[in-house]
Amino acid sequence: MASTAITPTRMVLNQLKGRLRTARRGHKLLKDKRDELMRQFMEVIKQNKILRTRVEEGLTAAFGSLQVASSIMSPEVMEQSLLYPRQSVELSVKYKNVMSVNVPEYSFTTKNNDPSEIFPYGFAQTSGELDDALEQLAKVFNDMLELAEVEKTMQLLAEEIEKTRRRVNALEYSTIPSLEENIKYITMKLAENENATKVRLLKVKDMVLQKAHNFT
Amino acid sequence: MLKIAVIGSAQTVMGFKALGLEACPASDADEARKALKRLTAEGSEYAIIYIEENLYVQLSTEIDKFKDSPLPAIILIPGKDGSSGLGLSALNAAVERAVGTNILGD
Repeated sequence: MASTAITPTRMVLNQLKGRLRTARRGHKLLKDKRDELMRQFMEVIKQNKILRTRVEEGLTAAFGSLQVASSIMSPEVMEQSLLYPRQSVELSVKYKNVMSVNVPEYSFTTKNNDPSEIFPYGFAQTSGELDDALEQLAKVFNDMLELAEVEKTMQLLAEEIEKTRRRVNALEYSTIPSLEENIKYITMKLAENENATKVRLLKVKDMVLQKAHNFT
Repeated sequence: MLKIAVIGSAQTVMGFKALGLEACPASDADEARKALKRLTAEGSEYAIIYIEENLYVQLSTEIDKFKDSPLPAIILIPGKDGSSGLGLSALNAAVERAVGTNILGD
């Protein structure tokens, strides 16, 4: 393979040995990184699964109530009552560094802190089911926010793990073996040259001795 | 300050509007696509976009583009007909991507 392209000299041998050392160290470090990422990833997945089921249950219940509310009230009244929200949510994002992956951390502030302020309508013309639905939505919203954070973290970690895994494999199965092969090739070539020189010298010595003393 | 948006059928997003989220009613995939484009445009300030599951099927290519960028987070939520399990499939896809195979066993 690559061994044909290299010149078998001591200088190249030293260079290759240096590269092999670096590759080995990099491989070990990346492997550790991959393992740690994997550990974190598994935790995130577990959390995600729990949150996902909780959010889906909560939302399904809330939508159910909303459906009931919309069948009791006329669509116009319903739309009217929800048209102007009194509550508004502001989100701020901080980034946390997990093994060189920047994962988001959300925190939100609502404009009105009073939980009863979520109802943007008077209670006179609306049905109680609508209140229920909104309350359920408000309750599940915290989980939804957490789910967003966890899910994004999961996606970002997955990407990083994929990258790291590829690097580890490339080092382990391609870079390091080919370096080792090249080093072996040069060492053998050098040994061969050395042998050749030695044999030649012995031969020359014999010839010289024969000429001087007529030895047989 | 960043904001949160919801894309889904009019009935779904209505409730979220009351909570103070930005509601983007979309009755079909085209409307949803337009809404998504607007929300994710350069310089927009939406950090989380919740999108209804049944819309995701048609918009998956657009949504998957944002998987690797830290903002925005696009999260599936079940529609008014209940969950179809698509949300969990996103989890399985992530696992498969990271590990190479599905190790969760489902």
